[in-house]
This record gives sequence, structure tokens and C-alpha cells, in this order.
Amino acid sequence: MSELQIVVCGGIVPDPLQTLAPQMGPTGPALKNEMMLPAVLDPWAWHSLNEAANLAKKNPGSKVTLVSLGPKAKLQQVMMTMAQKVPFELVALDGPASGFTESAEVAALLAEAIEGIPGLDKSKLLVFGGWESASRGAGTTMQVVGEILGIADQFLAVDQIDVQADGSFKVYERVEGGKHQVSVCAGAPAVLGWATGNLPEPPNNPQIGMMNMRTIMPSLQKAKPTQVKSEGLKFASVEQPQQRRDTKIVKDMPADQIAAEIVEWIRK
Amino acid sequence: MSKVLVLLHSEQDGSLAKSGLEAVGAAKSLAEGLGGSLVVGVFGGEIASAANAVAGCGAEKILGVAGADFAASRYATDAAAAEAIAKAAGADYIVAPGTMRMNRVLAGVAYRLGGRVDSHVTGLAVEGGAPVVNRWYYRQRMMGRVQRDVRPWVIAIDPGAFAPLTGTEGTASIENVAVALADGSKRTSVEGIVAPAADAQTIRPDADLLFVAGAGWTKKQADGQSHVKEAEETILGFVKGAGASLGSSKSLVDQSGEGEAVLSFLTHLNQVGQTGATPRHPKGLASCCHGEEPHAVGWRFITERRAINLDANCGWAQGKADVLYVADAFAVMKKVNELLTS
Repeated sequence: MSELQIVVCGGIVPDPLQTLAPQMGPTGPALKNEMMLPAVLDPWAWHSLNEAANLAKKNPGSKVTLVSLGPKAKLQQVMMTMAQKVPFELVALDGPASGFTESAEVAALLAEAIEGIPGLDKSKLLVFGGWESASRGAGTTMQVVGEILGIADQFLAVDQIDVQADGSFKVYERVEGGKHQVSVCAGAPAVLGWATGNLPEPPNNPQIGMMNMRTIMPSLQKAKPTQVKSEGLKFASVEQPQQRRDTKIVKDMPADQIAAEIVEWIRK
Repeated sequence: MSKVLVLLHSEQDGSLAKSGLEAVGAAKSLAEGLGGSLVVGVFGGEIASAANAVAGCGAEKILGVAGADFAASRYATDAAAAEAIAKAAGADYIVAPGTMRMNRVLAGVAYRLGGRVDSHVTGLAVEGGAPVVNRWYYRQRMMGRVQRDVRPWVIAIDPGAFAPLTGTEGTASIENVAVALADGSKRTSVEGIVAPAADAQTIRPDADLLFVAGAGWTKKQADGQSHVKEAEETILGFVKGAGASLGSSKSLVDQSGEGEAVLSFLTHLNQVGQTGATPRHPKGLASCCHGEEPHAVGWRFITERRAINLDANCGWAQGKADVLYVADAFAVMKKVNELLTS
């Protein structure tokens, strides 16, 4: 088995169940009451962290580091929950978590933070992250992280990785039509932008939580302040869709009649 | 004068996908709106057919990168090909179809070119002499109209969001662009595509109808029992009979990890909504789905929407569907299947 150094890039996003509304500010768009909204680790970043922990478990000697950019207070709130799930070390960057920021600038900050990880060995490095986020939803950050780090083997929308004894690995990437492209990479370094993966949600583990918090709290305390200026990016407008439909409610209609109506509609 | 490059890749059989023709249409409109010129760039294993499909689109030239090294969808070689074409074109704007293959490399290519990228673009216009793109933020929950000063500006358009350019077939004269592949560009080899058996394929991006199954299909019914097997047969029977694509709510897919009864054919690939896909289909029929706006974003790009649900106040349908049938989906869909096969 291979000893791997797995770095997961993962941002935080508002809890998906929250109602979100945009507002224009002096520096561009933002979410209304953004700092008041409860946050979670981005869903796809979470999948990648879960996969990273699973891979590290299968490859003894491997290490998982989460690099996260967000407001320090929000990061602390989210890490209190995440720390209970899987073992990792945190590198925190104190800055915006907004989906309206420039992904290339965010990528540069993440890459710089990765380069700064003590003992970084690129020959063992797998950079994980979500293929897209629940905020910007662009899928354009991980590739730039890889470019800056000089990593030419990149994979997007990954659902599975199988690492072989010789360090090579097989990757399953989503392609159109519910299919997967299967590739074999000679080994690290590589960038993998994860889709959903196949792992179940791990239960909370207080022992892992206590172990994680020993490194997470100091990391949060020394989180480096960063800025994302989004230079050259201008928003003409940001608005919620005004497409509330006038729903026709059909009650007390026999199933036969509904079925006939639906079939007629389908065939129209 | 502005120059617009439309960057395309050929399919495995050398053809150009519909999404490529959509990108050509969007790029041509952009070039015309800016009073600029259009260049086509194509890479892939075989590119002659793809280039011929757009030979008459009005491009001043067609640049190409072809060969076995570029046949498969691989980051290192695709990025090198796209970078070489972009540099040869010297374009201010690069428009590309947002296929999985393109989406994998475009951000990296933009970085190499010193440019910026916007993906999942659903609208493209010229206002006051400058392009404006529409794209969604926070998983289709708010729409932004974006402008940029940095060039080149790489614009990946969502498949299905623009009309394909047609009637442009001809015989293309391709200007070959040389690509110097860096050492290590072929550390990754593509083995192939894994797909469900033809009769088990439930995701059909080109289908006219999306059928969304919610968690209600596996819950206890009026007799106090769950009827998962019956639900499977009914859903698969409909998807097959109607030629529909099958989507699922997150809760139904997640049940597999929670030890609850599951529909065996559903995977996360079927999932639509906040943490799933937002597919484009002319019509959508949801059944047994529940949830408010975050769940219902899977509907965002569905034109005509109907739903079957036992709850008349369901947040999935109220204000979001055109018609809500308050009824038992088991009974209705069984009848629908009978009608479709009769």
C-alpha cells in the first residue's frame, strides 16, 4: 500500500435548508444576513473529505489535511461538527466564503496554503476537493489549484478511486448520461474534484473529535487573514428567480382520469 | 476588433455533439454583437467530421489539433491542445460547450492564458459594446449577470441553454496547430466508459420528460406496508414506456446509506436538486416528492412541470408546478403505464 499525503480543499456554505436572498453591497453582491446564516462544510467538499479519510485508513501512514477558506468564526462553528466525523488536520484561512468571489483568486490562496504545509511531499500528494460547490457552483477552482502546484493529472466529478499496491490508481469520473469514464493514473501527484462518491455518512465519534480539536483550535487561532478582491469581475445584477407558478390543484379526480390526462400531456 | 474563438472537441466517432453546435451558435452571436470575427478550434482523435459540421458557420479560419494522443478525454493532453489552439487564435473571448470533457480543462486553460473563466453560462448578450453572461449561484437559487475586464474570457455554456446552429455543413479547411506535450502528459491512460446495461439506463439527458421519484415511493402505504418492489416495477415501467429520464430526490438516494428500503436502480447520479443535478428537459413529472425551494431547484430548467402528491400544500409543487394532482402515485402511475403500453 502507498503512504499518501491527501490535502482536501473545502469551503463552507450556508446550510442548504436556509432561505437565501442576495443583496448588493459596496464591494459587490453578498447574501442577506450572511454572517447570521448557519453554515456547513460544502456538500461535495465533505464527500471528498470522507473519501480522503477512507483512503488514508486503507493506506497506513497517510495523512489528511483540510485547507479551508472562510470567516474564522464560521469555520470554527463548522469544524466543531466536522471534527466528530473523520480524522484530519486543519489549515484555516480567514477570508470570505461567498459564492460571488473569483475562483481563480481563491485557488491561488488555497495553493499557497498547500505549498506551506510543513513536510509537503508532492510525490505523495493527492489534492482533493468538491468538483463544484454549493455556493459558486462553477467547478473552476480545483483545476487552478492543480495548475499552480504544477499537477498535470486532474480528474473531475470523481465517484471512486482505487489505489493499487504500486501507487497507481484507477479513477471513475462522471460523464454525460449517467456513465463513468475509467482512467488509470501512474500515481501521485494528482488533483481529484469529487462528486458524491459512494461512502455512507460516518457516525459521530467523540474520540476522533477530541483528537482533531487538539490541532483544529490552534489552527483556527493562527488562521491567516486573506483577501479576495475579485479584480475585473463585475456584477450587473444578482436576483432571485421570480417564477412562482400559478399551480392548478387537481383534487378528487379518479386515478384513471388523471392517468389519461398525464398521458395526453406527455404525448402532446 | 474583438476576436471570438469557439473551442470544440470531437466525439469518439469524430462527430460534433449537439452541445458543440450550441456553442458555435452562441459564439457566432457574440462575434456579431461585438462586430468582431469568429475562429473555430477543434481538438480530438479525428476532427474532420466535426470541423465539416461547422465549415459554413462564417469563421475566418478553423484551427485543429488531432491525433491519437487527443482522442481520449484526459486533462493533460486536452489542456495542452486547448491552450495551443487558444494561443494560435489570440482570441479575446473563448466560448466552449460545458461538457464534462471541457469543464475538466477550461479553468486550467484560462489560468495558463492569464484569463478568467465562467462556467454554466445560461445567457450571453452584448450590452453597451461589452458581453454580459448569465449564470446561477448557490445551486440555481439566484441568477447573476456578470461582466469581466480580464481577457481572454473563457465562457463555458451549459448544454441545452442555447439553440444549436444548423445548416453549416461543408468541407472544412483545417489549419493544424502543433502541440508540444510536456513530459508526463500521458501518465494517465483512459480505459473506457462504464455504463449501465442498455435496459438499465435511466439517465437520458436528451429525453423530453424528466420523471422525479421522491421518498414517498418507499414509505408505508395505506395498508401499513411499504411496497418497494411494486414501486420499482412501476417506476421502471414508466421510464421505459415514456422514454423518460429518471431523477430522484436526495432523501430517496440517501436511504441506501441509512439502512432503509431502497429502489435498487437509483444512485447519486439520479439525484436532482440542491446537491444533485439540474437537468434540462421540456417536461417534468414529479411523484411522491416533498420539500421547499432547496430541494426543488432540480426543477429549475424544466419547462412544463406536473406533480403527483398526496399533500396539496407540498412545497415541491405549490408555486413551482403547473399542475398538482392530489392522488396516490401508485394508483395513477400504474394506470399511466397501462395506457402507455396499450
